[in-house]
Amino acid sequence: MQTMKPLQKLNFSNRYTSVAIGLHWLMALLIISLFAVGLYMHELPLSPWKLQIYSWHKWAGVTAFLLVMIRLVWRFTHSPPPLPINMSKSAEVAAHIGHGLLYLLMIAIPLTGWLMSSAKGFQTVYFGIIPIPDLLTKNKELGNVLREVHETLNFVMIAIVVGHAGAAFKHHFFDKDDVLTRMLPKRKH
Amino acid sequence: MKENMMKKQIMAILISGLAMTSFANAAEYNSIQADKSSLAFVYKQMGVPIDGNFKKFAVQLNFDPTKLAAAKAVLDIDLTSIDAGSDDANDEVAGKEWFNTKAFPHAKFESSSFKSLGVNRYEVTGKMTIKGRTQTVSAPFTFNPQGLVDGVFVLKRADYAIGEGSWSDFGTVANEIQIKFHFLAKAK
Repeated sequence: MQTMKPLQKLNFSNRYTSVAIGLHWLMALLIISLFAVGLYMHELPLSPWKLQIYSWHKWAGVTAFLLVMIRLVWRFTHSPPPLPINMSKSAEVAAHIGHGLLYLLMIAIPLTGWLMSSAKGFQTVYFGIIPIPDLLTKNKELGNVLREVHETLNFVMIAIVVGHAGAAFKHHFFDKDDVLTRMLPKRKH
Repeated sequence: MKENMMKKQIMAILISGLAMTSFANAAEYNSIQADKSSLAFVYKQMGVPIDGNFKKFAVQLNFDPTKLAAAKAVLDIDLTSIDAGSDDANDEVAGKEWFNTKAFPHAKFESSSFKSLGVNRYEVTGKMTIKGRTQTVSAPFTFNPQGLVDGVFVLKRADYAIGEGSWSDFGTVANEIQIKFHFLAKAK
């Protein structure tokens, strides 16, 4: 007997897989911390602390980028649970656009950070050990443009993250469906 | 016609050959060509190599590869002309904890001896003075008959109190600074 191997594991459960849940919350933690640290660090006067925190921000950013890659592989090989059937068409479209934008920004933001760093003349050396090649050579003007891009994309992302969390709460408290709880770790009864 | 060309070519080769030998014999090199010379450095910050350089420096030279005992070199660096890799860094290194350029605007190297390390390879030893502190340093370099001088050596910033206070820890900015000099020396 031959068995068919589907490309995507079909998800008949209404829950996300534990890997998806783990990646989601790890990314959430990273995104929020990276955003907060980014806001805090750029105003600091030059000091050893500033150099350290910049490096940590970059290492965390590279980590986030790697996690997004893993997440995308997981997403393409596992179908997420379907949206609740009582959602309106426009709400469904908004959900898909929002999720798509989040993935796009999770990729674009670390990339612009890395490019900005190169253009400003600071190579990114992951954990101070693994040098990541510079795609761009030092160029002050381009560095400043990329800084603006990195910052703007971050504010767009945070706005979407707030909308994403707001939508999850709306589903939980108003629609009273399982959209929020199915992304939470399983409670042991 | 063809013969004429040949003659001209042979003459040209002879002349250039003569010029080369006279150049090689031109005994002493006395100065450097500033626009073809550079004084650069690389330092590590959180494991990240950062390039920098000094835009203004002067070199006094009396260098004849055949008379090393009489050779002398003095390098004077205008520390305010530093590019440490970013505007932030340039402001910072002028301050008291780093070069304190208000009190010590110049760094100076004065050779005390030269020795040969082989074909076109030499080593200079001398006194380096930065921020009022003097240390003996040695640097190997190459010198070719065209007058190109190239050398690299490592300077420890702590030896000159470059980076005091919160910067004295080598965890963020490493102690070892690589200095790369590239001069085009000229005979008079």
